[in-house]
Amino acid sequence: MEKYVVLIPLLPLIGFFINILLGRAVTKDKAHSVAILAVFGSFLFSLMAFYEVAQGNTLNYDVYSWVVCGNFKVTIGFLIDQLTVIMLIVVTTVSLLVHIYSVGYMHGDPGYYRFFSYLNLFTFSMLMLVTSNNLLQLYLGWEAVGLCSYFLIGYWYQKKTAADAGKKAFIVNRFGDFGFGIGVIVIFLTIGSIQYSDLFSKVGMLQGQTVYIMGYNVDLITLIALLLFCGAVGKSAQIPLHVWLPDAMEGPTPVSALIHAATMVTAGVFMVARFNPLFNLSEVAMNVVAITGALTALFAATIALVQNDIKRIIAYSTCSQLGYMFLACGVGAYGAGIFHLYTHAFFKALLFLGAGSVMHAMAGELNIQKMGGLRKYMPVTYWTFLIASLSIAGIPGLAGFFSKDEILWLAYNGGTTGKIVWIMGTIVAGLTAFYSFRIIWLTFFGKFRGTHEQEHHLHESPKVMTIPLILLAIGAVAAGWIGIPTVLGGGNWIGHFFEPVLGHPHVHAGHDEEWMVMGISVAVALTGIFVSILFYVWKPDIPKTLGAKYKAIYTTLWNKYYIDELYDFIIVRPVKWTASCLLVDITDTKIIEGIVNGIPKGIAAFGEKIRKLQTGYLQHYAISMAIGLFVILTLVLIAAGK
Amino acid sequence: MHDNGHNSTEHTVENGKKGQSCYQVLTAVFIIPTLAILFFLGILSTEQIKYPVLSTVIFLPIAGALFIFLLNRQNESLIKWSCLVISIANFILSMPLYTRFDKTTANMQFVERHDWIPSWGVKYALGVDGISVLFVLLSALLTILCVTVSWTSIKDKIKEFYAALLLIEGSMIGVFCSLDLFLFYILWEAMLIPMYLLIGVWGGPNRIYAAIKFFLFTLVGSLLMLVGIIVLYFNTGNSFDILQMMKTNYPYNMQILLFWAFFAAFAVKVPMFPVHTWLPDAHTEAPTAGSVILAGILIKMGAYGFLRFNMPLFPEATKALAPAMMVLSVVAIIYGAVICLGQTDLKRLIAYSSVSHMGFVTLGLFALNPQGIQGGILQMVNHGIVTGALFLCVGIIYERTHTRQIADYGGAATVFPIYSAFFMVFTLASVGLPGTNGFIGEFLIILGGFTASNLMGVLAATGVIIGAAYMLWLYQNVFFVETNPKLLGHGYGDMDSREILTLLPLLILVFWIGVYPNTFLSFMDASVQNLIERVNTAGQPQVAQQIIEVIK
Repeated sequence: MEKYVVLIPLLPLIGFFINILLGRAVTKDKAHSVAILAVFGSFLFSLMAFYEVAQGNTLNYDVYSWVVCGNFKVTIGFLIDQLTVIMLIVVTTVSLLVHIYSVGYMHGDPGYYRFFSYLNLFTFSMLMLVTSNNLLQLYLGWEAVGLCSYFLIGYWYQKKTAADAGKKAFIVNRFGDFGFGIGVIVIFLTIGSIQYSDLFSKVGMLQGQTVYIMGYNVDLITLIALLLFCGAVGKSAQIPLHVWLPDAMEGPTPVSALIHAATMVTAGVFMVARFNPLFNLSEVAMNVVAITGALTALFAATIALVQNDIKRIIAYSTCSQLGYMFLACGVGAYGAGIFHLYTHAFFKALLFLGAGSVMHAMAGELNIQKMGGLRKYMPVTYWTFLIASLSIAGIPGLAGFFSKDEILWLAYNGGTTGKIVWIMGTIVAGLTAFYSFRIIWLTFFGKFRGTHEQEHHLHESPKVMTIPLILLAIGAVAAGWIGIPTVLGGGNWIGHFFEPVLGHPHVHAGHDEEWMVMGISVAVALTGIFVSILFYVWKPDIPKTLGAKYKAIYTTLWNKYYIDELYDFIIVRPVKWTASCLLVDITDTKIIEGIVNGIPKGIAAFGEKIRKLQTGYLQHYAISMAIGLFVILTLVLIAAGK
Repeated sequence: MHDNGHNSTEHTVENGKKGQSCYQVLTAVFIIPTLAILFFLGILSTEQIKYPVLSTVIFLPIAGALFIFLLNRQNESLIKWSCLVISIANFILSMPLYTRFDKTTANMQFVERHDWIPSWGVKYALGVDGISVLFVLLSALLTILCVTVSWTSIKDKIKEFYAALLLIEGSMIGVFCSLDLFLFYILWEAMLIPMYLLIGVWGGPNRIYAAIKFFLFTLVGSLLMLVGIIVLYFNTGNSFDILQMMKTNYPYNMQILLFWAFFAAFAVKVPMFPVHTWLPDAHTEAPTAGSVILAGILIKMGAYGFLRFNMPLFPEATKALAPAMMVLSVVAIIYGAVICLGQTDLKRLIAYSSVSHMGFVTLGLFALNPQGIQGGILQMVNHGIVTGALFLCVGIIYERTHTRQIADYGGAATVFPIYSAFFMVFTLASVGLPGTNGFIGEFLIILGGFTASNLMGVLAATGVIIGAAYMLWLYQNVFFVETNPKLLGHGYGDMDSREILTLLPLLILVFWIGVYPNTFLSFMDASVQNLIERVNTAGQPQVAQQIIEVIK
């Protein structure tokens, strides 16, 4: 495996260099062929790696020493195990399909080559992230995917909103990475190495150690786990750092599908799962992860209920589903979390690409209130979108059902915290079904509510876009079949596959309870769908009456709980004010410059006085010279005498 | 050619000149490196280096400056070409420092030692170790880039400009190589004069104020150092020998006083908070080459001074005062970063970002552990590369638009696509993105800082967040959003080959250090280790040391 594993990330990097250097002059509108070929190569090698790992071979391989400084040593290296190969499959598959889809979606864009080179660079970074065998390389991938996200969100940089959104994503992520970076440093100082292998073998020794911070004794492992989790909160858009993800929808839709649904945003979940030996040792950290996940799931789902921008609804849905994954990790069900990550990649990428297809037909329109009846015009988009929605809603038999059910079942087994997050997760399942089908009814059913011009242009997207939709739809249905639980007659293959890396939580409850949990979540999901039919098909005036009746709730949700405004008020403005008013105008100009320019002025004034000593009489000068010489000589002699 | 405005003829002439100079530079790019490689191979093939490397790289530029003074003022292209050839030749001649440096020892290498003023014990002594060697190489490289970037932008007093540039190069390298305090002080002060002229003669509208401010600030600091030097002289057996001083143990109280005396000179140069206010003015008014030298080399001398003098000469004082230094550094990091958010002038913003970045450097140095110090030295090199490159970039666009106001830009990525790509890479290096050199330096510094003091490490890390905020804000306002009408209709061209070649070496270094920093970290390993031992073992009373030996 060591022969080709380097090529998995390297091929997209080569593709990036070819297109970024030669794109303007040579590859131009053929840029996609280089990019797709590179990712296809990675995809094939990933399959080979998957095959080898499934045979039981894992690999931990250092390529070269990256940074060596004193006792600090870190390598560029690859760890290929069960967790990595699943991530490799997810990343390369979705990336490949998104690349192909983009050929149609980005056709004729002036920055065509630039778009594909960024996609390649992103794929490289994401692959570096998941294959790393140490924390610093993980951090490299971590920041690099953030950078690509910045480039791609702000791809249409002439638009101020797009440029702002890119910048916001980068800076908000830096807040999370701040904690992550400190976490890496604390790990180095306590373990003496930041290679995974050393960390996992020595982390047990830290148990029971505490550090003293601002008057409190904090458990060391909890501290490290929470610091790392800060990074995950930023990257995976969890409360309170979720604010960048909805704005990130300014980027081209294939980007939203790849980066902001299937891969980059799941890096946080991957990281928590990767460090499960660490998290497992701290109950506090686990509870924080579970509660953060559950709260975000609920919080984002409620916002999604009332939004009208199709991409933003799906973005909040992503936040919410990522919350599910953290919820799973927090109750120790890492395998279920990663399983959901894997199924989610298919149905969520499909939802985004479907939305992109709709936008393509609607000349960029995003407001679902201005759509309607698109089913007739774009049947492939409609059917694939419907499948994705059924999958995310958790309808039995589809991918989303199996993974979500596994999470809820293991949460149910997970003690008090587990029970709480199980209840929250079940509520979210209902909300998810509701808002997903709200999109379906408003977009594809009823009468068209857009302009005549838009109606005139409605068309199904070209094959190069619909084929990826169909392939992803197959995934949205069948991807979950590798994890059919035992009660349904499956073998939960994926759960066993992950066991060597992620372990498997103990299950106390019996089969009948498992049936109950499953029954409840299905019932809740069906209720959600039913309510959405009631609201948007049978009685379309209900939403308006409800909105008017509970105006406070509605506006709070519509304004996303005013979090952006809050951050603007407590962070952005004070910092800007400090910079331009306090530091520039007062500290630097008045105080420091005042003192600095004051000294010469003082000297000048002093000089005025001293001038009177300059009498012009030679004898006065001679006397002062003599005295001066005497003093200097004395000093020199004293100094020399010492 | 359309008659776009009153100055269109001027543009045509300029473009013509540019085209010609491009051609010349292209020739240079092919001929000179070929010669260089041949020459370089010649050096490598012989067992012994046949020339005194350090004296050569110091005096070749100075001799070159004199040679340029002798040239005819009218023959501009001969002046430029001579300067370019001399600076490239100097870089080539400095190469043995890279290829033949022994990384396993902390001793001085390439040592030259001659009596100079025997009656005062003054020697002409030169040498480099792992701490100084990289700065010699960086100075030699940056000077070449300063010559090429000034090629068309400096239009009057060309002869004096290029001569001054070479004089600065020689004295800068001399400062890094001096092993004699007397020689050091002379070069340290000598360097001020051409720099003062560079700002005062070829600078912007407010250049006189900036030049005098720069001069006075550094001079006041240096005078205190002079007092310190004289005291050291009398307490080291009437000798200016730095190596001898490194072996001498001075009394603790004297160490503290001397520490502050040297600190005054170096803190102003770095510049540390609160003596930083000369820097934004000097940078803003200086011509591009001046800013590059200032950011790239000159302000490094302050940090270098801490490493070369304060730490090994006054180890006990260093240990005692390190916490205070770290606090000052962190204040500089955060203060410099936040104040960037309020800037409206491109060069001013980058100048203030230097305050923040140099705060990182001093934090690393005074963390007094291998990660901190090596990170600090590497970050000095990085800052020279990245900030140097950013100033080059600003110079390149200023030459076209003649404005440094951020508000006059916007959407430049559409007008200057290649330029914006280069600028992006340097921006990312400046915010410390992994894969670029900035990350390695900042990470090691924060690691070292955190080891020394958790709180300082954490506070320094916040500088990284603010750093991203102001650099991305700058980038967005200059390159993104809709194209500013002021940039249209003038026929501004993207970077030409001369400009690309100016930035390319720095771009390569950004990634080289980012991907394989060990090339450079390995240079300093032994010297830094030695320095840390010196600081840590100093001050143990003699009796205690004897007891330890007895126990052993």
